Amino acid sequence: MSEVKKFMFVNRKAPYGTIYALESLEVVLITAAFDQDVSLVFLDDGVYQLKKGQQTKGIETKNFSPAYRALDGYDIEKLYVEKESMEARGLSEEDLLVDVTVLSRAEMGELMDQQDVVLSF
Amino acid sequence: MLHIINKSPLTNGALDSCLRVAQSGDILLIEDAVVAATTGNVCAAKLQEAMGRCKVYVLQPDLDARGFGDRLLEGVSSVDYGGFVELTASNKNCQSWL
Repeated sequence: MSEVKKFMFVNRKAPYGTIYALESLEVVLITAAFDQDVSLVFLDDGVYQLKKGQQTKGIETKNFSPAYRALDGYDIEKLYVEKESMEARGLSEEDLLVDVTVLSRAEMGELMDQQDVVLSF
Repeated sequence: MLHIINKSPLTNGALDSCLRVAQSGDILLIEDAVVAATTGNVCAAKLQEAMGRCKVYVLQPDLDARGFGDRLLEGVSSVDYGGFVELTASNKNCQSWL
């Protein structure tokens, strides 16, 4: 078994308007199959991916937000949200559909520094 | 005229450009732009300021998709797809701020 690497997925886009959020989720699930140390971070408009209550019937698009709740079933438990990004959007932890760790922008930077591989979406 | 915005105001300058230029008429927020018209968003203030000279609309299905169906900013009107068509038909011309 080769050495476990630290993978970080950086999510900065809102869902539905572009394909980035869904594509990130797909790659995260693939990575989970390789038993690596995976962290997901949500900053800027990426925090919108975790907003509770998404109802996509009206835009005839698949609502993929329930998949974030299934991530712990794939041993992906490290979810981080940047505090400043959340506040700029009038959101709090109660508005999010999963439990996350809230980080300041400085803490986010430190966490990013510690990674072996950073993938940006 | 009708101004249509489809990008988030927090990551793209389209809404700012539109508000800088538009002196009157209708502004319709669709897709990722709908978050501009949600309570608590830092952009809410400048949108409210623009409401003094323009009428602001938001496409309700896009608001619902993003989980903000119950957080529409006061003074903004919501429209469905039929309303979107009516806005394009009732205005002399329109500009999509891509």
